[in-house]
Amino acid sequence: MKPASFDYVRCDTVDEALELVEQHGDEARVMAGGQSLMAMLNMRLVRPSIVVDIAELDDLRYVKENPGHVEIGATTTQAELEAWPKLKAQLPLIAAAIPHVGHFQTRHRGTVCGSLCHADPSSELPLCLATLGGEVVLRSRRRKRVVAADQFQLGLLSTAKRPDELMIAARYPAALAGFGYAFREISRRHGDFAIVALAAMVGGGKIRLGVGGVEDKPVVREWDKLDDSELPNALNDFAWDLGGSDDIHATARYRREMVRRLGRKVIEEARQCAS
Amino acid sequence: MRVMKQGERHRVRFTLNGEPVEGFAEPRMLLTDFIRHEIGATGTHVGCEHGICGACTIRVDGKAIRACLMLAVQADGKRIDTIEGLAAADGTLSPLQVAFHRNFALQCGYCTPGFLMTLADYLERHANPTEQDIRVALSGNLCRCTGYAEIVNAALEAAAEMSATHADAGAR
Repeated sequence: MKPASFDYVRCDTVDEALELVEQHGDEARVMAGGQSLMAMLNMRLVRPSIVVDIAELDDLRYVKENPGHVEIGATTTQAELEAWPKLKAQLPLIAAAIPHVGHFQTRHRGTVCGSLCHADPSSELPLCLATLGGEVVLRSRRRKRVVAADQFQLGLLSTAKRPDELMIAARYPAALAGFGYAFREISRRHGDFAIVALAAMVGGGKIRLGVGGVEDKPVVREWDKLDDSELPNALNDFAWDLGGSDDIHATARYRREMVRRLGRKVIEEARQCAS
Repeated sequence: MRVMKQGERHRVRFTLNGEPVEGFAEPRMLLTDFIRHEIGATGTHVGCEHGICGACTIRVDGKAIRACLMLAVQADGKRIDTIEGLAAADGTLSPLQVAFHRNFALQCGYCTPGFLMTLADYLERHANPTEQDIRVALSGNLCRCTGYAEIVNAALEAAAEMSATHADAGAR
């Protein structure tokens, strides 16, 4: 297999990359780790005329603690985030989810922001961003804007990032005191795309559950002051409200069942972490 | 900024198993194809070519990666290690290779370079892995012959041997 021909530019500065995406628009594809894009190029699912490589932009390789959130720069690999010493304390949900992101070999090159930009419906990192209510930082030559997770991911491989924009960072809300977080997923083999992925956040009388792999993007529901006895019904309603469909991996019915059963487990786990 | 035009071949230089090498690649050339066809090191195998099977696993700056998910031009200036560099210069096999041999951890051998390069990286950074750790570490490499049991056994044996060697070195 061989990608169709493209021009390749290795950028040395963010400004160079911004200039190129503005100039080439839809014809350009930005590559950071390339762990989704390379496969799509190889299969010719995408045929950009130019690949803008930002992998060597060390300015964007950082994990930074800001008030209330952790900011992850665009060229930070998943492996670098996984190795961040404060991950478990600051982002316990990511700590639980990240071993499920591909395999350790792909995490060595794959970036956090690249995964968000690729916007696969069953990806773990977009699900975590949606569940925690995080945001992404987009920049073009003209402006910089911050977009909330639910406004950013629009559907299957589709985001609000405009062709002249570059995602320069993702902001994951830091763990709150007294809250618990848990993550689970079902896949045929470790590292495969999730058939159903679930992320839970419990605390302050609230339960929040994010579901990936069922709809064309992560779906998050929050319940306030939900009695334990009401939880099965609430999960059942949620499962039916999700527009799951049958595919080669699982039936819609199986997916609903996972939301009910695994949903309950993951909420229970998050609750235990909180106490 | 380095611009490389399509349809033209661009010089790529890197260190392969400690030796400087160079060749020419179009931007779209995959690192797997470059290593095999331009350099002529055919130990790195090509399986699925979209990052699933792990047969093309090599090490770039010490880290195990998929060579089919990287462009040759991105390897410029890097330190690359492939299966050809695993045994000593005189042909003495590494403990990991010996463990594979002893445990019958290969049949057709097609996936073996990928498994070995994956484990070479993993075992260097994880001293006392459990069987489950090994199975997770190897989840990104497919083998259709062995059923994996022998490969896992070989990896555990090699890990034990390598940590014993480290302990010896520390005691001295």
